[in-house]
Amino acid sequence: MLDLKLYMAQRISAMIMAPLVLCHIAVMIYAVQGGLSTAEILGRTQGSVFWFLFYGTFVIAVSVHAAIGLRVIAHEWLRLTGFWLSTLTWVICLVLLFMGARAVVAVTML
Amino acid sequence: MTKPDPLHLDVTIRRSDHDGSRDAHFQVPARDNQTILDVVSWIQQYADPTLSYRFACRVGMCGSCAMMVNGEPRWACRTHVKKVLNGSKVHIAPLRNLPVIKDLVVDMDPFFDKWGQAEGRHHPTQTRDDPVPRIDPEGAQRAEANAGIECINCSVCYAACDTVAGNPEYLGPAALQRAWTVFNDGKNADRQAILDAVSGSSGCHNCHSMGSCTHYCPNDLNPMQAITGLKRETVKAFIRGKSNA
Repeated sequence: MLDLKLYMAQRISAMIMAPLVLCHIAVMIYAVQGGLSTAEILGRTQGSVFWFLFYGTFVIAVSVHAAIGLRVIAHEWLRLTGFWLSTLTWVICLVLLFMGARAVVAVTML
Repeated sequence: MTKPDPLHLDVTIRRSDHDGSRDAHFQVPARDNQTILDVVSWIQQYADPTLSYRFACRVGMCGSCAMMVNGEPRWACRTHVKKVLNGSKVHIAPLRNLPVIKDLVVDMDPFFDKWGQAEGRHHPTQTRDDPVPRIDPEGAQRAEANAGIECINCSVCYAACDTVAGNPEYLGPAALQRAWTVFNDGKNADRQAILDAVSGSSGCHNCHSMGSCTHYCPNDLNPMQAITGLKRETVKAFIRGKSNA
């Protein structure tokens, strides 16, 4: 249930996620050293195009990566195939994209 | 708790027919040197002639006698009873991941059909009128082809594969290893046809690299490495924009 295009989409999304995760963790460790409050962090991220693109890219990569991974599990463990497997894949992708986009908008735009 | 009887083996065989499946128990004389195939043959010859099983060469070349022994896929003719015995007990069942025809005989059609689906066949470069091409036996490509050439089609790797168990359409380790062998054969003309055949929804990208195929291969081959090679080459073809899958 994983053809070459889905395989490549999952690998490429993983390659995008890896440096973003490391950067996210590094910035968090750095940011809390001085005891930054939530309001102070939001003060730095809101209105920032950089952080919008940073977390926006991460959310897109996660949505693609997780949807394909769960698609494989759904096929092998629930025996879903065809239309229902594709539907599940797209629903997972879109739900993650929606939830992630809400968080990105809240942290970087509002 | 009773002590194991040193003179007899307590053999359980998973038997199947059109009425369903059940375990049958047999007491088989223990010998100093005895294979699982010897045990099954003794039962068929002296205890129950209706027991069905397959074998041909008895020396690990034909690949027809594979079965599950204490839950693990093995070639029966080269599996010594002493190495797998659980006390004095041994459980024998038909190969996993294949439809059972009767008793220890499975339908190998799905296994061999996938060899065809994976394009593990030669795509000739020349006719019989052309001179035989020179192949460097020491070349890196030939070494890759040689690595999987000793496959005896026993289906032990196919029965061991958890991905096949979860995804019955998956081509499986043996067919993919065959595709990788032909892919690396200098006399094979159409490498892209092989890459396209193994790049579909049941192809090599479904492999989770758990390694059961390599662990259980009775000939010590490494199908997982072959599948990794196919993944690598399909990715290269994808990047070059040559993938048709």
